[in-house]
Amino acid sequence: MNTLITLSILAIVVLYLGLFKAKKALLPVTMFGLAAALGLAVIEWNSNAVPIYSGMMLFDNFAVAFSSICIFSSMLILLVSKDYFERISEHVAEYYAIIIFALAGIVVMVSYHNLSMLFIGIEIMSLSLYILAGIRKKNFASNEAALKYFLMGAFSTGFLLFGITLLYGATGSFDLLEIKQYVISNPTIISPLFYGGLLLLIIGLGFKVGVAPFHFWAPDVYEGSPTLITAFMSTVVKTAGFAAFLRIFLICFAPLHDFWMPPLLVMTVATLFIGNITALYQHSFKRMLTYSSVSHAGYMMFAIIALGTASVNAVFVYATAYSIASIIAFAVLILVKRQTGSDSFDSFNGLAKRNPFMAFTLTVAMLSLAGIPLTAGFIGKFMMFSSALSEYHIWLIVLAVVNAVIGIFYYLRVVVAMYFKDAERSIVAESPFFKVVLALSAIITIILGIYPGVISNLF
Amino acid sequence: MNQLLLILLFPLLLTVVSLFKGSAVSKWAFAASIVPLLFTIGLINKFVPDASTQFLIDLPWIPSMGIHFKLGVDGISMMMIILTNLLVPIIILASQKHKYSNPNAFYALIFFMQAGLLVVFTALDGFLFYIGWEAALIPIYFICALWGGENRIRVNLKFFIYTIAGSLIMLIAIIYLHLQTPDNSYDIASFYKLNLPANIQGWIFIAFFLAFAIKMPVFPFHTWQPDTYTEAPTAGTMLLSGIMLKMGIYGVIRWLIPVAPLGFSEWGQTAMILSIIGIVYASVIAFTQKDMKRLVAYSSIAHVGLISAAIFAWNVQGLQGAMIQMLNHGINVVGMFFVLDIIIRRTNTRDMTLMGGIAKVAPGLAIGFLILLLGSVGLPLTNGFIGEFLLLMGVYNYNIWYAAVAGLTIIFGAVYMLRMYQKIMFGELNERTSLFGDIDLTEKAVLLILCVLVIGIGIYPNPLLHISEASVINLIEQVNQKILVK
Repeated sequence: MNTLITLSILAIVVLYLGLFKAKKALLPVTMFGLAAALGLAVIEWNSNAVPIYSGMMLFDNFAVAFSSICIFSSMLILLVSKDYFERISEHVAEYYAIIIFALAGIVVMVSYHNLSMLFIGIEIMSLSLYILAGIRKKNFASNEAALKYFLMGAFSTGFLLFGITLLYGATGSFDLLEIKQYVISNPTIISPLFYGGLLLLIIGLGFKVGVAPFHFWAPDVYEGSPTLITAFMSTVVKTAGFAAFLRIFLICFAPLHDFWMPPLLVMTVATLFIGNITALYQHSFKRMLTYSSVSHAGYMMFAIIALGTASVNAVFVYATAYSIASIIAFAVLILVKRQTGSDSFDSFNGLAKRNPFMAFTLTVAMLSLAGIPLTAGFIGKFMMFSSALSEYHIWLIVLAVVNAVIGIFYYLRVVVAMYFKDAERSIVAESPFFKVVLALSAIITIILGIYPGVISNLF
Repeated sequence: MNQLLLILLFPLLLTVVSLFKGSAVSKWAFAASIVPLLFTIGLINKFVPDASTQFLIDLPWIPSMGIHFKLGVDGISMMMIILTNLLVPIIILASQKHKYSNPNAFYALIFFMQAGLLVVFTALDGFLFYIGWEAALIPIYFICALWGGENRIRVNLKFFIYTIAGSLIMLIAIIYLHLQTPDNSYDIASFYKLNLPANIQGWIFIAFFLAFAIKMPVFPFHTWQPDTYTEAPTAGTMLLSGIMLKMGIYGVIRWLIPVAPLGFSEWGQTAMILSIIGIVYASVIAFTQKDMKRLVAYSSIAHVGLISAAIFAWNVQGLQGAMIQMLNHGINVVGMFFVLDIIIRRTNTRDMTLMGGIAKVAPGLAIGFLILLLGSVGLPLTNGFIGEFLLLMGVYNYNIWYAAVAGLTIIFGAVYMLRMYQKIMFGELNERTSLFGDIDLTEKAVLLILCVLVIGIGIYPNPLLHISEASVINLIEQVNQKILVK
């Protein structure tokens, strides 16, 4: 709980730092504050948490794990942001503050114990993101992204809110445990209102995590936003969205799986195919990453389909692996784009000769996203496949394998460009912060790939 | 320290060292690659050729999912370790002539692949087996795609996607088997104990078979192979054909048939027929090749087809033949590609119709080539003979007609191989071949080692056959019991 308070205070402090033009202090203060928030989250591990604030929130192990990984990924992203924001805007403090506000919303999203808190958390996060998407005020694409995101987001929030209302109408409570009680005690006569609410909730959450057919905002918004914000949205925000999704299903809706299974199965398969096949045809690395992030949402849906205690582990490992690898990809993309001015695959040509270290870390990231063994991404996929197979969704797995193969195809393209094609360009300058982030992320990816026991067995 | 662990970890150490080693990495790499071979000799000395699994390593890896780092050696694995650790130094010695750009990465990848291969050949845990399987694939992809010929990018992408698709299907089968085990385990012994219904075993068989058939390759999953062999750098071709395709054969012996015996009794015949079609098909295509590398690539499909047919016959002669022929094929095919590399490097063409008369200017090469070629076509007193004899006997015991068709491989092989030899070595010298210099010291050394192996194993194969015999008999017995009970 202290995490949430720390984050809120930190955001305000950062805003004031901006007011007093203390630009040099921004990054250190932010990093220090986030580290403190991370520490405060971790010490609550296994503290036998009980619901707090009249049952509004519950900072259990689930919440600790997902807040920690979200905060940690944000720290990596902000480290890369050194002199990135300065290039796009005068008002650097805004970026830091809004990202931290979004994180505060995320902490609420992963620790809610009451549907109203789910709504509040999602709204705090989303409002921050609308601003972040459009923060390059004079850039056309950025404006388009913000407007699209805002309209779609508002729309989906409507669904979400309506869903919550219907659930309230059926059960008479916003409290997750009360809803669970209702489901368990009325196995045969569940009100149609409840089913309606559940469906609308799925639509609302599906919008937020970007699963098909509610994904179409994602590529444009991701592409239009500044690259670091895209990195934030496609890693931290997606992780938080899935945590929220999983939390309510795990606590409340598990007994009703006969009802929600068919729509979720359809959504998952559609997400996998749409994400992967569209990614295959992209010429821009950034756009490829955005579509691939749609497809990863499909893999993460496996955990909800095969709902059980193993699901939390699976989502946690998958989200960690995916976030870390994506951060590498976006970080390298920023550097390459800064040099060549373009984010097409061709701008990566010959990178291995000029910047072997950068090329190596990006290769590790791509192999991880493609799910090749000895990287964290493989362990994530392996756990997802295991959990889905344990529920005997054999056809789903076969389709997932087809998609994994398609994925390898486009992830290797950038590796091919870096290692096997040549281009006359100068060396890409990388600051020490970049090196630290890239090295750290690559090491985490490989360690998790070789010895996943560190985090695969938390729950 | 467990000797097996030493053998596994040493190549990993070499990977790291060769990445950071300064100059003269290629000579150093050869010297270093001898060390695992010496360890292997030590291992053979301690090895007791009975059916038991020895040098067992069993460490918890991901305990919550029942995954163990479990490896061990029996007679079958022993042969594969010998194959790997014997061929890697030869391959490295054979690549000394090439001036590869960035040699550190090149040798590091070879050593990494060696480690992956050794894990595959000794793993007793399904998850570990899969990890090793992919860990061997990634380095060879980079070797072939970084140092290969013109079309390397397209060709290797096909190869990579093909094999990964196969292995992902295998992964599903492995996870499925794991979920059926009562003790939440990936241990191969638990997989063996499962008594799944016949139709499920049929699916398991198909899933494993796809992965292994793509790797070997068995007709009709072979389409990646000739292109990849042709475009790969010589060391890559040698690694692929000499060692890597044996992963598929080993997988059939260790995993496919014993894990799904009822699936085998249902689909084994189909697999065998595919193998035999492959033999004839590849031989016929080999006839028409002008490109020498492609010709050997197709001949390799034919040879491997015979090995796989004999395995699906599932009797002692066939399996023992497969064990020794895997080693022989490794030696012969590495030798063939080495000789072709010498010729191609000096004439700058792979087209054998443009050559002629090389025997006159390079008598040393001509002798070495001839011995390797005779080994490859299976002349008595060469290593190929004992292998193919046992293989054909295995197929004969299964079905005489299959053996008759499969036996064509020997006749076909002799024809296209000798025809190639004739085109390259005899006839008139032309402007391409008249300046052909005979082999130098390193090349002589490689050829000498290979020829000694060809003749040595041909004359006295018994020690090698003895290593795997008990394990093979045991495995066959185990599977046959399950099939008979049904």
